[in-house]
Amino acid sequence: MSFLTGTDMYGGYGGGDILRGCAVAVDKGEIVVMVGPNGAGKSTAMKALFGMVRLRQGEVRLAGQAITHLSPQSRVRRGMAFVPQTGNIFTTMTVQENLEMGAFLRRDDISESMERVFGLFPALGEKRRQTAGELSGGQRQQVAIGRALMTQPAVLMLDEPTAGVAPIVMDELFDRILEIRQAGIAVLMVEQNARQALAIADRGFVLVTGENRFTDSGRALLANPEVRRSFLGG
Amino acid sequence: MEVDVVNAMVLLANFVVVPALAYGSQLALGALGITLVYGILRFANFSHGDLMAFGTMVVILLTWQLQAWDIGLGFLPTALLALPLGIAATIAVGLAADRAVFRFYRLRRSAPMVLAIASVGVMFVLNGVVRVVIGPDDRSFSDGARYLINAREFKSLTGLAEGLSIRTSQVLTLALAVIAVAVLFWFLRRTRAGKAMRAYSDNEDLALLSGVEPDRVVLLTWAIAASLAAIAGTLYGLDKSFQPFTYFQLLLPMFAAAIVGGIGQPHGAIAGGFLVAFSEIALTYPYKKFLGYLLPDDMRPVGLVQLLSTDYKLSVSFVILVVVLLWRPTGLFRGRIS
Amino acid sequence: MSGNARAAIGFGVVAAALLSIGLGQSWSVSLAVLNLCLISAVMALGVNIQWGYAGLFNVGTMAFAALGGLAAVVVSQPPVHEAVSAGGASLLLAAGAACLTVALISLACRRLPAGALRTIAVVLAALAGYFSIGAFFNPAVEAIEAVDPSSTGYLGGLGLPIVMSWAVGGLFAAGAAWAIGRVALGLRADYFAIATLGISEIVIAVLKNEDWLARGVKNVTGLDRPVPYEIGLQRADWFQDLVHSLHRDTLTGLTETESAALLRELVVGASSIFVKLCYAGLFAAVLLVVLLLSERALRSPWGRMMRAIRDNETAAEALGKDVYRRHMQVFVLGSAVVGVAGAMLVTLDGQFTPTSYIPLRFTFLIWVMVIVGGSGNNLGAVLGGFIVWLSWIEAEPVALWAVATLTAAMPPDDPFRVHLVEAAAHVRPILMGVILLLVMRFTPRGVVPETVGRQRPLSS
Repeated sequence: MSFLTGTDMYGGYGGGDILRGCAVAVDKGEIVVMVGPNGAGKSTAMKALFGMVRLRQGEVRLAGQAITHLSPQSRVRRGMAFVPQTGNIFTTMTVQENLEMGAFLRRDDISESMERVFGLFPALGEKRRQTAGELSGGQRQQVAIGRALMTQPAVLMLDEPTAGVAPIVMDELFDRILEIRQAGIAVLMVEQNARQALAIADRGFVLVTGENRFTDSGRALLANPEVRRSFLGG
Repeated sequence: MEVDVVNAMVLLANFVVVPALAYGSQLALGALGITLVYGILRFANFSHGDLMAFGTMVVILLTWQLQAWDIGLGFLPTALLALPLGIAATIAVGLAADRAVFRFYRLRRSAPMVLAIASVGVMFVLNGVVRVVIGPDDRSFSDGARYLINAREFKSLTGLAEGLSIRTSQVLTLALAVIAVAVLFWFLRRTRAGKAMRAYSDNEDLALLSGVEPDRVVLLTWAIAASLAAIAGTLYGLDKSFQPFTYFQLLLPMFAAAIVGGIGQPHGAIAGGFLVAFSEIALTYPYKKFLGYLLPDDMRPVGLVQLLSTDYKLSVSFVILVVVLLWRPTGLFRGRIS
Repeated sequence: MSGNARAAIGFGVVAAALLSIGLGQSWSVSLAVLNLCLISAVMALGVNIQWGYAGLFNVGTMAFAALGGLAAVVVSQPPVHEAVSAGGASLLLAAGAACLTVALISLACRRLPAGALRTIAVVLAALAGYFSIGAFFNPAVEAIEAVDPSSTGYLGGLGLPIVMSWAVGGLFAAGAAWAIGRVALGLRADYFAIATLGISEIVIAVLKNEDWLARGVKNVTGLDRPVPYEIGLQRADWFQDLVHSLHRDTLTGLTETESAALLRELVVGASSIFVKLCYAGLFAAVLLVVLLLSERALRSPWGRMMRAIRDNETAAEALGKDVYRRHMQVFVLGSAVVGVAGAMLVTLDGQFTPTSYIPLRFTFLIWVMVIVGGSGNNLGAVLGGFIVWLSWIEAEPVALWAVATLTAAMPPDDPFRVHLVEAAAHVRPILMGVILLLVMRFTPRGVVPETVGRQRPLSS
């Protein structure tokens, strides 16, 4: 049993089901990537794991405990962190204040965590007093990830972290995500840039119409001719 | 000639600058409450003027009681002693209104317009309560020393032809406003709860994800907005006079101040408050005597040189509001509470 | 329960209330309430066109009602020739200067490239305009207001029948709405509300202070009437005969002098009722016409489009609907209806008193009517007008009665009792606020819900 698992998930935003029996699992110190065509339910699956989408059926377990009916806030308290695709920073607050807000629930000294984030993203350290809304797209994503890391999470979930950033910035961001894995954090990602993401992934799930189509190691999925043809553009 | 220039400046200070500083502070405090409610609870609160009237009413009733007991503050108005209880009562009313009315629509995530109309209902009720308790007429409650410096003293002190009178209420207004604003900004920038409020105003979903308790933020917002309303209302009442209807009419300049400054922005509300106050007073002041000091005899104006009749001072806030919005739709300072 | 059944019950309740006022107090009072109900219903229809059809939150109803009232003065009062000859020409010149200024500014805005030059040109034109308008306007006003200030001191009117002012009032309000809409309709919904609230206060300030126009706070009294005067009726033979024939039974068997005295009394009472009935007939006719037209408009393709814009402005815009133009149409139309009602109200009162225009009574109360009745439903707005006006007008006597009952044990000069009696009048706003909040909370679609639309304006 993996650290965080979602099994047999059915559900959506009212109306019809978007998820139809999809299952996801991620372990500590592992990068898991969800890929698939538009509308496959990748983001929905991630939100379901985080409690932002109600499940009609299925179960979510964290460290062996069922958390299916917990609110997102209580999942944060239990060590899950989520970086939404949009609106993932406080644009009118400074970089430092964004990180402080990430640690809002913590009562202990947060300076060490903050220095660790600044170590991971040195650019943020230089701009800690700047308003986050004034930063570039890549730096905003760094703030968003940094904010999520401030909770000292066991699981970090990223919804398309490289959407709309330049290719060079994307590579840089993936390098940082590899570093985060090194710290023993479970990383679950939804990615549009499937090729690059699978290249750093320990495991990958290919989702189609709310169901798992392929599950394998990242390398194997990249090598799989059917996956290449249908989902990676040849 | 030089004396004339000094006289002209004293004249301007006496009739424009000092009154506008006091009035601007009152508007700014009111607009701060409006802007906080708008930024965090996300609706235009039409009941804010009547909330001010309510707070002032409580202060007046307490002041009368204290005066009857012969308890006072010497040269300061007794109302200052009554103010803390007035603030407490206003907070209680604000929270009660939220619990009874606004919470329901907030939890359903109703459109801002629905909340605004609900605030009209609250406005009606508060307006009626104030009139039932204290009546619709003018009520005076200021005491203590009326002037810090009066015109005659100033003239004999300086030997100038023009006097400068500074009322206690004006200095008090400015001092209290500075203190209130300083405390508010310190709270918003430095404290955990203040940062939570700013985060909630900036990005509600992300704030919730970060563990901010929405109920606490809402509670704090009403507590602050109501405190500011009680302070602003009392200061306005001390400076001018208390009449429930005028507090309703303050809604327009206060909203103009909040919107012009960029709604949801505390420093914008302050800038907007002073902009509206200075424009209102400067445009309705007759400059005849002022120009008389500065211009040679043969060029002295015959008329009053008043750009706008005092009866139309409300239109100043309206024009500022519309002009700024058409020219810069987000107001002078962009964004949410920061 | 269907909307029609609820409407039928609602109107039944209103009729019962009016009947009980008639039987309990007097028919004259009952009819007076009815007349104001009818006028309120027309106003509510006007607001419903804006809010119910299109979702426009116009908080400036008061201004349009007042402009309608101004029309009553301007149309029906005899002209003050002396004042016209004293200041009319200069006033026209001032108006010309104002038009010229506006033309110059708009020319500058259109022809000159944006930048310092344009700003300077606009500021110069505005300054020149300000001083040239003042040069004509101020002496004109002084001259006009100097003409017999205790009784006239204003331009007077056109001396036409006052009924014509109802149409003119609609036009005045429509014109003002067009001008206001040009500026304010571009703003977001909540800013639009604040802007209209502000503009309505400004319009009232103008009416209070521009004595040359309609005597300002000195009021214009003794306006012309579209219906006979009580005195005239009491002297008319046909009316006396009518009353006599109606009361034949009571009058027979009395002595000559007794019968004559009683008849005189009956005629005086009947004349007041007759006059009010005439008004009621006129107002009801207007209400019916407006109601039928509104209903047709609501069910036309135009009405459908308005609702589409109300329910999803962005989608409607994406489909190529010109939202600004549509909003302008409803804003002008709805305001015109309010203007008509405003003219009717001043006609009924027989006087124009600018100080009587307060937002609580002329803006927010009308809003309560629409929301209570059912936003988007014309019949609902009419019913809301009736119910809310009845509660508004009856709140004070009921509160006074309640105070009297509660304090019966206290001595009459007890300060607390005196205070309560004085306060009873102010129970009205509390009652209105509570009604508004309760309706919004528990029947957000109003007493008679909207039938044609899908969405509920207040519950979404």
